[in-house]
Amino acid sequence: MKGGGDDAASSAAASASGPPPSLEWRFSQVFGERTAGEEVHEVDIISAIEFDKSGDHLATGDRGGRVVLFERTDTKDNVGSRRDAEQMDYSVRHPEFRYKTEFQSHEPEFDYLKSLEIEEKINKIRWCQPANGALFLLSTNDKTIKYWKVQEKKIKKISEMNIDPSKDPGSSSPLPIIANGVHADKPQDYLSKDFPFPPGGIPSLRLPLVVVTSLETSLVARCRRVYAHAHDYHINSISNSSDGETFISADDLRVNLWNLEVSNQSFNIVDVKPTNMEDLTEVITSAEFHPIHCNMLAYSSSKGSIRLIDMRQSALCDSHTKLFEEPEAPGSRSFFTEIIASISDIKFSKNGRYILSRDYMTLKLWDINMDSGPVASYQVHEHLRPRLCDLYENDSIFDKFECCLSGDGSRVATGSYSNLFRVFGASQGSTEAATLEASKNPMRRQIQAPARSSRSMTSVARRGSESPGSDANGNAHDFTTKLLHMAWHPTENSIACAAANSLYMYYG
Amino acid sequence: MAMVDEPLYPIAVLIDELKNDDIQLRLNSIRRLSTIARALGEERTRKELIPFLSENSDDDDEVLLAMAGELGVFIPFVGGVEHAHVLLPPLESLCTVEETCVREKAVDSLCKIGSEMRESDLVDSFVPLVKRLAAGEWFAARVSACGLFHVAYQGCTDVLKTELRSIYNQLCQDDMPMVRRAAATNLGKFATTLESSYLNAEIMTMFDDLTKDEQDSVRLLAVEGCAALGKLLEPQDCVARVLPVIVNFSQDKSWRVRYMVANQLYELCEAVGPDCTKTDLVPAYVRLLQDNEAEVRIAAAGKVTKFCQLLNPELSIQHILPCVKDLSSDSSQHVRSALASVIMGMAPILGKDSTIEHLLPIFLSLLKDEFPDVRLNIISKLDQVNQVIGIDRLSQSLLPAIVELAEDRHWRVRLAIIEYVPLLASQLGIGFFDDKLGALCMQWLQDKVYSIREAGANNLKRLAEEFGSEWAMQHLVPQVLEMVNNPHYLHRMMALRAISLMAPVMGSEITCSKFLPVVVEASKDIVPNIKFNVAKLMQSLIPIVDQSVVDKTIRQCLVDLSEDPDVDVRYFANQALQSINGAAVA
Repeated sequence: MKGGGDDAASSAAASASGPPPSLEWRFSQVFGERTAGEEVHEVDIISAIEFDKSGDHLATGDRGGRVVLFERTDTKDNVGSRRDAEQMDYSVRHPEFRYKTEFQSHEPEFDYLKSLEIEEKINKIRWCQPANGALFLLSTNDKTIKYWKVQEKKIKKISEMNIDPSKDPGSSSPLPIIANGVHADKPQDYLSKDFPFPPGGIPSLRLPLVVVTSLETSLVARCRRVYAHAHDYHINSISNSSDGETFISADDLRVNLWNLEVSNQSFNIVDVKPTNMEDLTEVITSAEFHPIHCNMLAYSSSKGSIRLIDMRQSALCDSHTKLFEEPEAPGSRSFFTEIIASISDIKFSKNGRYILSRDYMTLKLWDINMDSGPVASYQVHEHLRPRLCDLYENDSIFDKFECCLSGDGSRVATGSYSNLFRVFGASQGSTEAATLEASKNPMRRQIQAPARSSRSMTSVARRGSESPGSDANGNAHDFTTKLLHMAWHPTENSIACAAANSLYMYYG
Repeated sequence: MAMVDEPLYPIAVLIDELKNDDIQLRLNSIRRLSTIARALGEERTRKELIPFLSENSDDDDEVLLAMAGELGVFIPFVGGVEHAHVLLPPLESLCTVEETCVREKAVDSLCKIGSEMRESDLVDSFVPLVKRLAAGEWFAARVSACGLFHVAYQGCTDVLKTELRSIYNQLCQDDMPMVRRAAATNLGKFATTLESSYLNAEIMTMFDDLTKDEQDSVRLLAVEGCAALGKLLEPQDCVARVLPVIVNFSQDKSWRVRYMVANQLYELCEAVGPDCTKTDLVPAYVRLLQDNEAEVRIAAAGKVTKFCQLLNPELSIQHILPCVKDLSSDSSQHVRSALASVIMGMAPILGKDSTIEHLLPIFLSLLKDEFPDVRLNIISKLDQVNQVIGIDRLSQSLLPAIVELAEDRHWRVRLAIIEYVPLLASQLGIGFFDDKLGALCMQWLQDKVYSIREAGANNLKRLAEEFGSEWAMQHLVPQVLEMVNNPHYLHRMMALRAISLMAPVMGSEITCSKFLPVVVEASKDIVPNIKFNVAKLMQSLIPIVDQSVVDKTIRQCLVDLSEDPDVDVRYFANQALQSINGAAVA
């Protein structure tokens, strides 16, 4: 984990040189763009996005249970020729991706015992350690996690055989008999262990000759393992450990620990299920392993708290090591307080020092060494506060927006309605706050209201322009087009986000 | 396309199927690789088959696993030890696949081959292979390399040895935790081959690094190596270098590390000798027995007997026994269960008086435990206590517990206790058994759960073996015969089952005089299931009884059954008739 210290220096903690300049975001690419008036098929809607550790690959999952892989094309080894590379203007170089392959990860199922349909929708994707040039990833729907290997295979053909299959059309019938080693009519059984072959062998026998017929390769995705039957509730997160051999899966009430190589057992490490389900007040909404320490993980709850647990302390980690919670502002309590406090996503920063959390109204950044309150919070949906009632009526208030941090930890981002997403500067003193639209012209709707920085009662910096309840044209927010899923490239200022069935990529 | 002589057809097919699309056929061919090799001859095996296998390492894991296994015993087929090196390339590529079990098999096979190779070949081909793997781009190769050093090291020149040690040191500090884990796992094995001067200096430095690793998962495996290393070192070095690490680990923040220590501790005691055990390890062990984490207490409790064997009785009574008392009322049932499974072994160590004074109350409280596994574990080790304190004292407190378990509402518990009945019977003796347990044995035959009834029938057979046919004739047979008239057909069926099991034990005479009439009667039952079970039973009786009885009684009965309206009854009756005819021919 080299560079951990550098990251820390450049991120929110402190940097003497002042905040980095604001980024100007530009459109880079779109996959699956919708033409005007084209209907979106439910199955095509993207439900998960994840970059791999190197940033050379990107995976998306959709409601139809498919996983689509993209690969970066602008890195050195992928550029066609040296001349092409030289001709490219250095300043416009930014991560570019191309479609690599796709496969059907999950199929719809029916749980006959519980009379429940299990959707094929991919809830989360996590990349694992690549090996031997093959890519590995975990994908999960509500109940079942699968471990996939995606590998290039050369197309090969067998050209020479001892028995000519064309001259022996019935070859399929004698084969099974021989395969079993039973060859009753022949007193001389060549297949028996002690049949004396001539010392030099039998010259007429030959090995099948395998030839590579073309330089073409095909990408093959194979499901290596299935981790099933360990969750009574819907899986909301999976996360790999830094030890490279274990991962966790979390549902509403439990967190389980798995070994990647063992699919028939898992260990329950967190169980918040009360003995009487009527006492249930809080559910787990998201969980993630610490990026460096394999013994630490964090999970968030519907009550707005984040718990950090240390697996070294005990086998069952029901008691947390640290609790991160913001005290409720006095007098502000309403019917919606608890609903909007629910955390929909948490992410560790790359160096493991910070946790970013998203609730319905805000994005909060926590220092894991400071449990008194967040080091920063960013208003994302403050303008919707007067409309909470409507949002409750149409269930939008339960939308689960994801959040992400840039690789260096200096910026954070999250999605919103009308296909908008917001990017904030997380370094100390930064006032950067941008609202972008997932379209080919991301700045189209940006509101030029100043990113006003205010001090809250807890002396925590609150930033973020409060967009009015309607966009620049005076149209009301469109609650049906929401940007829930997004991911930040691990090393570059590049964001991938999902607007319904389209994947938009931007760079800054 | 070549055509092959008719007699060679099967072997030709076997070779072709190395590349068949059907994985089962490929697997079959790979498992008979030695046959293929013999058919090709040694030279062509070396020049064609082995290179062919090297090029085909992108097959399914199952096939690769089989191939890795086969190649480990392939030296005779390539022409003996002087050609053993040709086997290395295919195994090297198998060492780099990402599936752990394939890699492990390939490493196993390489170790086997390496240990048979001539020293010069080892240096020329095996050592370079290890170096290549250790420098591999992907972690899988480096993980495999860790398991090969102990073979490569022997017979190397000093220069090479120095190089290998430094490479291993690098692997201990690899970026990938998987590689460091493999290095930690294999450190003990590697250490056994090293000269003792390097052991103290270099290996212990690697060990120290691993024990301080930032990854819990690596430190865990380092603990596992403690015992192995401790045994290699001179006792004073062990005390100086390994003991402090162990004592530290026993107080580690991570419960998994402490768990590992609890599992290893008694082996370490052997390594450091009795003095240090007394002063350092006993306190460490006592701490582990009182650990906050139930998993650690489970591991520690499971070793209590082994640990006490190393100590003298006074020390055990003074330090360990108080902890054992606490553990017997531990809040975790699994801790109590682990304790119950070993605590009986302490009786011979402590001797009769101490056992009665200290252990018996613990036995009794565990016997009354609310958790059935705990009680079962005590009962299953009964013989050990029996030898120390005698059956009378034991049976008074024991029997109520057994009777209770025999009627437990969990059928698995009942099943477990049935398994122990023959053992109990032999311990308690006939007299005791008749009074208390005889009735239970019959009750099981009418249990609601099939597995219990089946086990009950088996139990009768085992009792008959234990106490002899005469006793069985008096105490078991009448009840069984009575059950044939039970109004419930499942119970009648179970009576037939018991008869079929007991008949071989009871012998021909009783079978003919007692069982056979009842069975013949049962063949007129109204339930077809009973009738075809009669047919099956008769078939099993054929070898037991005289041919005359077969001809006179059994055959007639079966002929009647073979004309039954029910198709299954006819089928099994005919099967039985055929086996009569078969026996007659033989």
